[in-house]
Amino acid sequence: MNNPLARKSWSPYLVGAGIGVLSWFAFWSADHPLGITTAFEHTAALAMESALPTLAESNSYYQDESPKIGWEWMLVVGIFVGSMISSFASGDREPITVPPLWKSRFGSSVPLRLAGALLSAGLMMFGARLAQGCTSGHGISGNLQLAASSWLFSLIFFSTAILTAHLVFGRRTSNV
Amino acid sequence: MFDPLWKLALGLLTGIVFGILLQKGRVAKFHVIVGQFLFRDWTVVKVMGTAVVVGAVGIYALLPTEAVSLHIKPLVWLGVVAGGVCFGIGMAIFGYCPGTSVAASGEGRRDAMVGVLGMLLGAGLYVVFYPQLSGILKTWGDAGKITLPEWTSTSPWLWVGGLCLMAVSAFAFSTRGSSGASQRLQKDAR
Repeated sequence: MNNPLARKSWSPYLVGAGIGVLSWFAFWSADHPLGITTAFEHTAALAMESALPTLAESNSYYQDESPKIGWEWMLVVGIFVGSMISSFASGDREPITVPPLWKSRFGSSVPLRLAGALLSAGLMMFGARLAQGCTSGHGISGNLQLAASSWLFSLIFFSTAILTAHLVFGRRTSNV
Repeated sequence: MFDPLWKLALGLLTGIVFGILLQKGRVAKFHVIVGQFLFRDWTVVKVMGTAVVVGAVGIYALLPTEAVSLHIKPLVWLGVVAGGVCFGIGMAIFGYCPGTSVAASGEGRRDAMVGVLGMLLGAGLYVVFYPQLSGILKTWGDAGKITLPEWTSTSPWLWVGGLCLMAVSAFAFSTRGSSGASQRLQKDAR
């Protein structure tokens, strides 16, 4: 009963402090900030290189960058495993496809939610690569290093997301 | 192509702890993330704010010991601005960010799993158009790998101290509001 993993949630301040300390550990042990999206870029680049080698040969990406399966790639795998352990330990499993808030706005269509998720996630990742970071790489790791690029990115993405969320989900419709 | 095994294991371990924290922090949930942007749920700001303040104190304290070094992303103006706009629109509709969508997949959320596939496509699109993009993104200039203290020629501790002060005042303000509410509830109960 005293197992903290069996609890469904921890205080957001405790979780935040934990992530802060974890980033000290990442800087100290691997000389690497916590970040996610470079691993996705490298995976896509490696997949393209093996599927379309001729296309990859003429792309300057492969001269400038050396994609690899490294620390950050395993970090992403670890997040999946850790979240699975945590949710099974507490019974907080949520095998849902259409979140209730989405349903209240767009109805219960599964294809619509999945198409929306595919496209919006793609746009989000494309943006993260243009800016060279995401909520973790810029929002946490970059901001805590007081990087100018990260504070600007966070300001812009948060404002844009607030505006978008209000436009898309702001009005509550009654057909739940 | 592969990091040494110890480094891969270290990444996995760090990731598992990160995944547990994200899941227990409830930030791998659509309604919590979209709720933040609608100002109905302040979990995301509490988690990220605390992480940044605690992280900043530790990293800047460790910096003189040379146990850690900074890894700053360059301020490529157009890249950061255009990237931030795309990221904000995408995240508000998807309802997860890159890290939390992986955690949400671990929690069993099907829409997040499809989103992970979408993120691979988005990253692929960036790689395909990299030769064109790398030129365009620099058209507004590149301020380099610069920190706010360097940019303003001030001490980093001024910024870290300011962040701590902001965090403590925000915490005091938010708990004052909720304790006021609970006092009112107690009065009603009487």
